[in-house]
Amino acid sequence: MKKKLVSMLLGLTMVGTALVGCSSAPAENSTPKETETKTEAPAKEETKTETPAEEAEEKTDELITIGFSQVGAESDWRVANTESMKSTLTEENGFNLIFADAQQKQENQIKAVRDFISQEVDVIVIAPVTETGWETVLGEAKDAEIPVIIVDRMIDVSDDSLYTCWVGSDFYQEGLDAVDWLTEYMDGLGRGQDQLNVAVLQGTIGSSAEIGRTKGVRDGLQEHSNYSIVLEQTGEFTQAKGQEVMESFLKSGEQIDILIAQNDNMAFGAIDALKAVGKKPAEDVVIVSFDAVKAAFESMIAGEMNVSVECNPLHGPRVAELAKAIMNGEEVEKIQYVEEGVFPADTAAEMLPTRVY
Amino acid sequence: MIKKVRERLDGNSFLLMITILLFIALYIAGVLIFSDKNFGKPQVFFNLFINNASLIVAAVGMTMVLITGGIDISIGSVIGMSCMMLAWMMEKQGMNPVVSIVIVLIVGGVFGLVQGFFVAYLKIQPFIVTLAGMFFARGMTAVISSDMISITNETFLKIANSKIYLPFLAIVNKKGNLVYPYIYPSVVIAVVILIVAFIVLRYTAFGRSIYAVGGNEQSALLMGLNVRRTKLKVYVLNGFLAGLAGFVFCLNSCGGFVEQARGFEMEAIASSVIGGTLLTGGVGSVVGSLFGVLIKGTIESLITFQGTLSSWWTKIVIAALLCFFIILQSIFAKLKDKKK
Repeated sequence: MKKKLVSMLLGLTMVGTALVGCSSAPAENSTPKETETKTEAPAKEETKTETPAEEAEEKTDELITIGFSQVGAESDWRVANTESMKSTLTEENGFNLIFADAQQKQENQIKAVRDFISQEVDVIVIAPVTETGWETVLGEAKDAEIPVIIVDRMIDVSDDSLYTCWVGSDFYQEGLDAVDWLTEYMDGLGRGQDQLNVAVLQGTIGSSAEIGRTKGVRDGLQEHSNYSIVLEQTGEFTQAKGQEVMESFLKSGEQIDILIAQNDNMAFGAIDALKAVGKKPAEDVVIVSFDAVKAAFESMIAGEMNVSVECNPLHGPRVAELAKAIMNGEEVEKIQYVEEGVFPADTAAEMLPTRVY
Repeated sequence: MIKKVRERLDGNSFLLMITILLFIALYIAGVLIFSDKNFGKPQVFFNLFINNASLIVAAVGMTMVLITGGIDISIGSVIGMSCMMLAWMMEKQGMNPVVSIVIVLIVGGVFGLVQGFFVAYLKIQPFIVTLAGMFFARGMTAVISSDMISITNETFLKIANSKIYLPFLAIVNKKGNLVYPYIYPSVVIAVVILIVAFIVLRYTAFGRSIYAVGGNEQSALLMGLNVRRTKLKVYVLNGFLAGLAGFVFCLNSCGGFVEQARGFEMEAIASSVIGGTLLTGGVGSVVGSLFGVLIKGTIESLITFQGTLSSWWTKIVIAALLCFFIILQSIFAKLKDKKK
């Protein structure tokens, strides 16, 4: 009852005295599910304020309030990342999630984090829009003694005590995994000892995914002297640019046996470029890609891609685990990698239905 | 008697009063609804200023431009460019932060000067002039660097991160510590600019001539005011304030990045309009714009505190408020005409 009143009041005040058209909107948004989540939280908080002495005892069975600031919803990967958080950090699992979409703007993210601090949430989770500019607001979080978990992109701060830990992909390992799969595959084809030319479509230069994957691939290939990287250029993680760069690769006259695209989108572009010159992707040129988005599986089923190395967006469970550990006062590892798999074409058909992004 | 009251509350002041009342109503609603989530904490109020310091500075400049009947949609890009320049000069060129800041302010002023010249002396539509300015500044930002540049300059970070604790309104937080509310130097800059602009607009000949030019350019001209020079000055001032807003923005973000402050000009315009500034010129106040900014900030905070609503609702609510205020303004404009 109180809840309904609250949401109505909110709706009313937000729209001010204005526009009837909009006043129905917030009400519409409070679906039964959301209503449920909110009824319990205030009730618990109330008991707490009334009896501060019991606070410590109650703490164990209290919900952990998490403020999560997400980049936005710019890609399938991101949406899957958000979904994973929302579906894991539920009331049943002992969490009260406050979600804020930054709409791709860091300034929104900083504001949201300040609001989280004011609300005295237990843990702040940030999927940063940018790597820079976090000193000030994380300093505020630190002063308020609120632990901060960074997910996905790393942040660039001089003092790493500003955050408790980071959860994300090990791009370097992804690069190594790709090479491992590649060499095994080439051995299987009986070309393992041939002189093989590799072309690399890099991601946006300087992004952590590009740096990690480039280094992983290079280090991996170093152990195989018959593989040599003959072409390397950035396709900026986009399909259009990937296609453009692949076209120039093909025009360069170099023999290309293997293409390593640092994300699926660039691989799709490269596949188009190959088709345009009459080459058979995945046969004439072995295509190794990263991310393993749904469309990559479809591409593999169509026989146009050989493998995609996963970049796992499902961070929810790990974050949940970490938040609980931190709240129990346990020390956690600063760097937390999520598990990631390698998906070759022959497993694509069976894996596709299980993929969520 | 009624007539007297109506006269006194006419136009300007009545719209301003509505804006202020709306802010107070929104804020109190927030305090009541989210009392369990600490919305009533003084820090939440000061965060409005911390988060929006650069918007306050930008809105002050924008308000002046709007009062002259013009518009400047380049300021978001200028702010982005200023941040990038600051980051680039300090990090890549190893320049002194003070020198860098001064350069940024001068560049902002020159940017305004060029735009103002086109608008005032060549009589080109301000929208088109500043649209070109917007593209130019954004492009230049990418030319300076298309990569993110993080500011590590110690002096700069010291300014950015030095909390100024207020010696009152202390509260005990959940962990049992006594905490004082704090602000940053950026807030001080914003408030000083606001006060100066308020005084200039209200009590100086230059300030009054801005209103005169916006109210009716012909009569201003006949009154012997130098309309063109007044306009030029306003654009220069606005460019300077955009540069300053860029510096203040940078204090909060501590880095340069091509996409920074995109759409900022629209937020400044929206804040001014909600604060009672007429796009047709002649009417407006920086105090109103301040409350426009605060209303926007409060709505954002309310939505974050609520926790489940999509943050895109901020935009929808702002849109609704804009409609509301535009309708109010046109009603007042009609009433005014009738009286004449």
